[in-house]
Amino acid sequence: MKNMNEKKHKNNNIKFIYVFIVIVYFTYIIYSYIFGNSSGIEIGDYLISFLTYLIKILPCAFILIGLFEVWVSREKVEKHLGHAGGFKGYIWAIVLAGTIAGGLMVALPVSSALYHKGARLSVIFTFIGATAIVRIPMTLFEASFLGFEFTAIRWLVSIPLVIVSSIFLEKYMVKKTFSIK
Amino acid sequence: MWFFYITGILLLISFLFDRSKTKRALIKAYQKFIFIAPPFLLMLIFVSVILFLFPQEKIIQYLNYGNRFFNVIVAALVGSITIIPGFVAFPLAGILRNSGVLYMVIASFTTTLMMVGILTFPIEVTYFGKKVTLIRNIISFVIALAVSLAIGIYFREIIL
Repeated sequence: MKNMNEKKHKNNNIKFIYVFIVIVYFTYIIYSYIFGNSSGIEIGDYLISFLTYLIKILPCAFILIGLFEVWVSREKVEKHLGHAGGFKGYIWAIVLAGTIAGGLMVALPVSSALYHKGARLSVIFTFIGATAIVRIPMTLFEASFLGFEFTAIRWLVSIPLVIVSSIFLEKYMVKKTFSIK
Repeated sequence: MWFFYITGILLLISFLFDRSKTKRALIKAYQKFIFIAPPFLLMLIFVSVILFLFPQEKIIQYLNYGNRFFNVIVAALVGSITIIPGFVAFPLAGILRNSGVLYMVIASFTTTLMMVGILTFPIEVTYFGKKVTLIRNIISFVIALAVSLAIGIYFREIIL
């Protein structure tokens, strides 16, 4: 009982800090726009540009995740991305990661949806890692500015390491009581 | 834009096949978004402040500072604490290359930029919890350094 109270107390503290940061931040930004404080205006402009970039991607991403949850059966996910999927599961995870837009902000809710449909942890960790490596638009961009060899080496080194570390991370987490929200 | 069209087409197909399922999908989409909205706002605040503190000119300066291994580490740290969308980051990488920054330093910067997320920490924690988020990001950091090393060897910036 005492433990629970402590936890509740801690959560309230976090909430308080959160609200505090948000209020101070937006007061500062609004103040800056009204009184022409150049630092605050610059920060506000960064916020707006990043927000507009994400607003183009996020609603679509969440709708696609919703459709996935309703239409794709648990058996299918378990068969290909679960323990029954074998090594092919990692390949699928990497292919799926290649098509993701918006990076981690999209990859995290996708991985949560996959988890609740029965994908195994190592496949999910591979997927999350791979979204930072193989996303197709990003890769094309990189290769055009830094050369094809640069991208090729990055892939060859990081993909195997991501798969191996995901397998170890799964082994480690299975012993604990772990679940993705 | 293609992303927008694909979503629209799939949503339409779904709606034609089964209205109630489509409605359920939209409700789920909304709930999932609400779940992540608060940490998401926090991340946006962090990002805007960090972008202000690390403008492009400063990043170029930082990555061209000391000896090559020191630069690799600085690049990894800067890449870890900043979030820059790819369409800004890779042209920036091109500029860095033209101003004489080594490939291994650029690799360290772009790879940590994509793989390690200190600013996305609050979001990742809501899904994975603190422990896994921490382990995952440390592993990603090490992998980024391995990539940087391999690139350095390939482009003969490190002579073995």
